[in-house]
Amino acid sequence: MWLEVHNVARHFGARAAVLDLSFTLERGSIGCLLGPSGCGKTTALRCIAGFEPIDQGSIRAQGRVLSEPNSAMPPEKRQIGMVFQDYALFPHLTVEQNVAFGLHRLSFTDRRRRAMDLLSLVGLADRRSHFPYQLSGGEQQRVALARALAPEPDIVLLDEPFSSLDVELRERLGVEVRSVLKHLGATALLVTHDQQEAFAVADVIGVMRDGRLEQWDTAYELYHRPSTRFVADFIGQGVFLRGEVSEANTVQTEVGYVRMNGAHWRMGQEVDLLLRPDDVIHDDASELKAEICARAFRGAEFLYTLKLPSGATILSLVPSHHDHAVGERIGIRIEPDHVVAFESKK
Amino acid sequence: MSSSAVETQVYSRTQRRDLSVPLVVLLLSVPALIPLFVVVGAVFTPEQAIWVHLASYVLPHVIGNTAKLVLGVALLAGLLGTSLAWLTSMCEFAGRRFFDWALLLPLAMPAYVLAFIAVGFLDYAGPLQTWMRQIFGSSTWVPPIRSTGGVILVLSLALYPYVYLLARGAFLTQGRRAQEAARTLGLSAGAALWRIVLPMARPWIAAGIALVCMETLADFGAVAVFNYDTFTTAIYRAWFGMFSVNAALELAAVLLLFVSGVFLLERRSRAGVRFASTRDTSMRAPRIMLKGTRNALASCASLAVFSIAFLLPFVQLLVWSVTRAASDLDSRYWGFVANSVVLASSAVAIIVGTALILAYLQRRHPARFVNGLIRTATVGYAIPGTVLAVGILVPIVALNNVLQDLLRMWMGPAAPSLLLQGTLLTVLLAYFARFLAVGFHPVESGLHRITPSIDEASIGLGVSGARMLRRVHMPLLSTSLATAATLVFVDVMKEMPITLIARPFGWDTLAVRVFEMTAEGEWERAALPAVAIVLVGLIPAALLTRRGEYVA
Repeated sequence: MWLEVHNVARHFGARAAVLDLSFTLERGSIGCLLGPSGCGKTTALRCIAGFEPIDQGSIRAQGRVLSEPNSAMPPEKRQIGMVFQDYALFPHLTVEQNVAFGLHRLSFTDRRRRAMDLLSLVGLADRRSHFPYQLSGGEQQRVALARALAPEPDIVLLDEPFSSLDVELRERLGVEVRSVLKHLGATALLVTHDQQEAFAVADVIGVMRDGRLEQWDTAYELYHRPSTRFVADFIGQGVFLRGEVSEANTVQTEVGYVRMNGAHWRMGQEVDLLLRPDDVIHDDASELKAEICARAFRGAEFLYTLKLPSGATILSLVPSHHDHAVGERIGIRIEPDHVVAFESKK
Repeated sequence: MSSSAVETQVYSRTQRRDLSVPLVVLLLSVPALIPLFVVVGAVFTPEQAIWVHLASYVLPHVIGNTAKLVLGVALLAGLLGTSLAWLTSMCEFAGRRFFDWALLLPLAMPAYVLAFIAVGFLDYAGPLQTWMRQIFGSSTWVPPIRSTGGVILVLSLALYPYVYLLARGAFLTQGRRAQEAARTLGLSAGAALWRIVLPMARPWIAAGIALVCMETLADFGAVAVFNYDTFTTAIYRAWFGMFSVNAALELAAVLLLFVSGVFLLERRSRAGVRFASTRDTSMRAPRIMLKGTRNALASCASLAVFSIAFLLPFVQLLVWSVTRAASDLDSRYWGFVANSVVLASSAVAIIVGTALILAYLQRRHPARFVNGLIRTATVGYAIPGTVLAVGILVPIVALNNVLQDLLRMWMGPAAPSLLLQGTLLTVLLAYFARFLAVGFHPVESGLHRITPSIDEASIGLGVSGARMLRRVHMPLLSTSLATAATLVFVDVMKEMPITLIARPFGWDTLAVRVFEMTAEGEWERAALPAVAIVLVGLIPAALLTRRGEYVA
């Protein structure tokens, strides 16, 4: 494995910022640690970069030990590139000098050529003699990426790289960053709290909570087969609807019977069924009615919040030509692609 | 950025045709402009004989001396200020918290005070050499303090806090990101100091050194104590000794040339500061823990500088004062104090009042013309006091003579003789030109914090006009006004050359008394007035360290 994080823990005083963190990354793939703020994802990244020591476990790259408790390779020896949240461009150096900064082992001409190659790759060749303050946020971000990639690091770490950009720029740059990383075959690990960003950039995503990794999977799996209630809640939209297992792998809910696959449940067990907005279909012919208590126009669709007779609410995504007013009762049908259920919390 | 541009537009559009504001600003900047015109004008009306004399007897010597002095002080003060700032802001060692602010205290001691203490203490007849002769029978191996090296050392010890203060701020606000980025790019922690930490702080360090150079060029009292001839002492002697107004003016013009070079350097570094500021809000890098020998070395170095630049001189000053207190602490002494306080308070009233008006005018009319005038009006802080005094006195003497002639024509021989040049008004005018910047900048930055939206919120709540000024602006501005008043007061108390040249006859202040006593080599008798100046000077140093951000 190219990067192996094994059982890593990092404590600040009594508080564990990272606990039992284990995952691996293959060469050329892009990983992502995703989670709400304070979940320990940035600490994990700083442990890998070598700015934080670890109290437990080990971090290896291509078999070399980077970090173990009481022994850490200094950051400058790790062959790890990093893109910082605020970019940390050197304000006293030009764009080209910034990118060439880590290339001190090369000759002058090679250094220049390599810096220019990377600047062309990120589309900033014409800005090479500008100073960081003369660039826009997006341009600074691309310089930071070029600078981190220039020395051909084994791994590139990106710490919330898009968080200081505005939303439209974020999506475009996410795609661009992914294509640059893939073009160079770089192995990268991204940290973010924004799932759209994670989906746009990463091949494989780990959802973190309270210092622990909840699930390490592809975006598709995280959305459709969340392994914990937290992941189901954190990724995408949806609500949990209470139900009871009536016969082998079938749940009886207020909105009808739903067949589940895989897991085995006891008869009569109370479960919470995850209903994504796209699982709830608007159907005028359906006998099942629900009252609209809120609606949000999304362009192509309406997102309706519906109240069921029991008082429970569910979400439904409906094509926007079905324009219904709040208070109206509309017919719905449940069609989950992937049924996800968790044992009810009593 | 864009929103302030819009506000600017709104402001200037409503008042575009109103010319009264630029006129008021122009009027207020006249005192600073007059000396500049007079002195620069002197370059274009050279008198052959004076130039020949100056060029062959005065200038080579004075230029050489000044250049050596400025270069030496810039190097030594830069080195002291930067390295001490690095120690106290990036490292941890025994006593670090104490030295953090203690190393600023030399700011309270004017260079001329430190100079006469050093000369008085280290001279042949001083306590040190006397004591050494008693013990060892000889003191010839003590290097002479009255030497180029001695002046450079004393001025560097007095002025390094400027570099220290700015470099310290640069190091403290740098954050750890840049260093971390350098390390991910393969630099060791030590290499990052040389390639990242210092280069990033360079604009601040350069600005500090530029300030030190300006102060060195402007210094009169310290070099006078050392009998070390520079432009300022040459101007003073030309004015009083040779009574050659033109010689003084020509010398002032050459000095102004040097000053403007340094001034441009300072402006450029300040621009650099603006661009070099990072948005890095990350936590600061953990301090480097110094252990063992390094720890001891850091403490000893800080203690040595603090002792030599402040503690020992201050103790010596107190000892001398106590020995002379019985005979000198009389009504004449209180007269000096009263004269100083009267001048300083009047200057505060005029300068802070004007600063407030200018700051409001600038806020209402942020036009390029108004900003430019204000920059010109506040340029006086860069101009040595000797140059300003001469540049203001010359036109006033001329005006006086014209008025006197008119008076004689009108009243005949019975006309009273006028002496405009010997009034408090002249001194205050020169102070105004020199210290307007000192009062203006705190007020301006204070007013800057009251954003247009604060005004709008207040007006929206029905509080506008004078009521808004009283209930919203004044409470928000009070700290800035107090800071401005304190800084101007202390600067005027410490001021020597303007007071010396432009004061009314017999109007002796504390600083004038120090000059007179040191001119006669009466170091002990200079101590008593100097103590009062140093004690007052401690106030701004305390203000600096009391601010929240300082005790980080």
